[in-house]
Amino acid sequence: MSERVKVAILGSGNIGTDLMYKLLKNPGHMELVAVVGIDPKSEGLARARALGLEASHEGIAYILERPEIKIVFDATSAKAHLRHAKLLREAGKIAIDLTPAARGPYVVPPVNLKEHLDKDNVNLITCGGQATIPLVYAVHRVAPVRYAEMVSTVASRSAGPGTRQNIDEFTFTTARGLEAIGGAKKGKAIIILNPAEPPIIMTNTVRCIPEDEGFDREAVVASVRAMEREVQAYVPGYRLKADPVFERLPTPWGERTVVSMLLEVEGAGDYLPKYAGNLDIMTASARRVGEVFAQHLLGKPVEEVVA
Amino acid sequence: MNWDLSTAKPPVVVDTTLRDGSHAHRHQYTVEEARAIAQALDEAGVYAIEVSHGDGLGGSSLQYGFSRTDEMELIRAVRETVRRAKVAALLLPGIGTRKELKEAVEAGIQMVRIATQCTEADISEQHFGMAKEMGLEAVGFLMMSHMRPPEFLAEQARLMESYGADVVYIVDSAGAMLPEDAYARVKALKEALSRAKVGFHAHNNLGLAIGNTLAALAAGADWVDATLRGYGAGAGNAPLEVLAAVLDKAGLNPGLDVFKLLDAAEYVMGPILHFQPYPDRDSVAIGYAGVYSTFLLHAKRIGKELGVDPLAILLELGRRQAVAGQEDWILRVALELKEKEAGALAD
Repeated sequence: MSERVKVAILGSGNIGTDLMYKLLKNPGHMELVAVVGIDPKSEGLARARALGLEASHEGIAYILERPEIKIVFDATSAKAHLRHAKLLREAGKIAIDLTPAARGPYVVPPVNLKEHLDKDNVNLITCGGQATIPLVYAVHRVAPVRYAEMVSTVASRSAGPGTRQNIDEFTFTTARGLEAIGGAKKGKAIIILNPAEPPIIMTNTVRCIPEDEGFDREAVVASVRAMEREVQAYVPGYRLKADPVFERLPTPWGERTVVSMLLEVEGAGDYLPKYAGNLDIMTASARRVGEVFAQHLLGKPVEEVVA
Repeated sequence: MNWDLSTAKPPVVVDTTLRDGSHAHRHQYTVEEARAIAQALDEAGVYAIEVSHGDGLGGSSLQYGFSRTDEMELIRAVRETVRRAKVAALLLPGIGTRKELKEAVEAGIQMVRIATQCTEADISEQHFGMAKEMGLEAVGFLMMSHMRPPEFLAEQARLMESYGADVVYIVDSAGAMLPEDAYARVKALKEALSRAKVGFHAHNNLGLAIGNTLAALAAGADWVDATLRGYGAGAGNAPLEVLAAVLDKAGLNPGLDVFKLLDAAEYVMGPILHFQPYPDRDSVAIGYAGVYSTFLLHAKRIGKELGVDPLAILLELGRRQAVAGQEDWILRVALELKEKEAGALAD
């Protein structure tokens, strides 16, 4: 068996449990040793135990006593992560933060992960950010983007109480991500919860206004399609409905060509239902980030990363 | 259904020409237009004037259309103009945030109407919290209320009341309700809420805006919405000047000046209108299929560009249970219909 880095999941709710199944299905250079929660009756912990993993309800203390655990996925809450971040840093562990706490830099695997392999804490932004920032970046690298806007529609059932009570944070954080990582001069994010039955899969519409009207449409299409394949390598259900559409629309900068991209994200159904692509892209991205960190810790060149 | 208006009270009337009308106006209101409309409404005695992007604060976007004039500027202009009426803005959590709400308060709003899809009231808690903290009158909007039964809506309304809503509206965003639907929903809220008042917001896609508003009043509605010339999304809203005349005849006039409103509709609003909303082919389709009224102009535009019948797009969106704010699905559906048609031709 090849060398592996020991990892643990903090948080035994839906996200932590789905991530557990992903790490067991596709461990790469990681070995999941423990799932830790705070509720002894948690279904996630029961499942972990049944799968032969260590499962503890003692919270972060359990992980801090285990020096061999090098990478910790935090799937708790923003508030809890603020405390965890400090403790994990002091214990010399790398934190991959799935909460909105954002103590570490935002990472989107195919865009900027390699720049942050020296960090001890990285943050996964939001589900909408993981889905749409790669596309904005794909446009931006061939046609610098003046304005980027994303609209994420997710199934009502896939939005938990954390999202519901903090919906403003989703829009702030995602918009910032479109700018800081996507490259847009200005970003805007909109989220809609759709209660249809049966539940819809996550759909995202990404629209970009390039700075310069004379951009190369074919280069944009090629760049966006290449990015779609890159994300598909770790989120199989990530797909564009069609090639980018070019529309002439009135904007604050006069009538401009707008690049519209229609994206769907279907979940892998590892634990969470397939419609919850918004949750799947978070756990799949977290797994990808963990894998790249693990390879880095093992001294492997990151260029050879395979999902 | 009890059609007897004898127990109805004169309602609080809120005008939303400068908000719902913004959809029909493609968000192109100028400061001068806003001032003229606000002055006429103020003089005619409406309780409050709602002004903001059609999709609420922060709605200016590619998704919904960019505002010609910054909504904060419009709010300031209206606040400076009015002498009696309160100034309100709409906020849809997920589109606008507490940041825009705070700016709107600084620009002069005294009331915020916080709107969610009728199944998602629990995303509005932080916004109601802030509204009450800032001393605003806070109104909840349960959008697309035709999609759920009365008892379900009552639960959602109770949530909004628990967050601090002073009023909760049944909002017929799709103009899909029959009078009996409006009556039953308002009645359910009246029975469920202990403190908050109940409102009704109509769209005229099936030609029932005034009729449904009367049904809502018969069921005990305390607040109702209207716009000059019915200027609003889809086939528009209950026309304010018509509502005033009807309320007056029914002995329910809350103090509106009917003739001033008739003049305002004719001489102030008339020259401003881009078009007179009415239940045209595509608007009736919206009411019939139960989709969001603001899809109308977007579906017409995209349908024309792609050579797909807007009516087909709207019916398909209804089948997919699209909800408030999902304008981006119009392009999605239009492309699919076009592909399907091309496939059918190839066969």
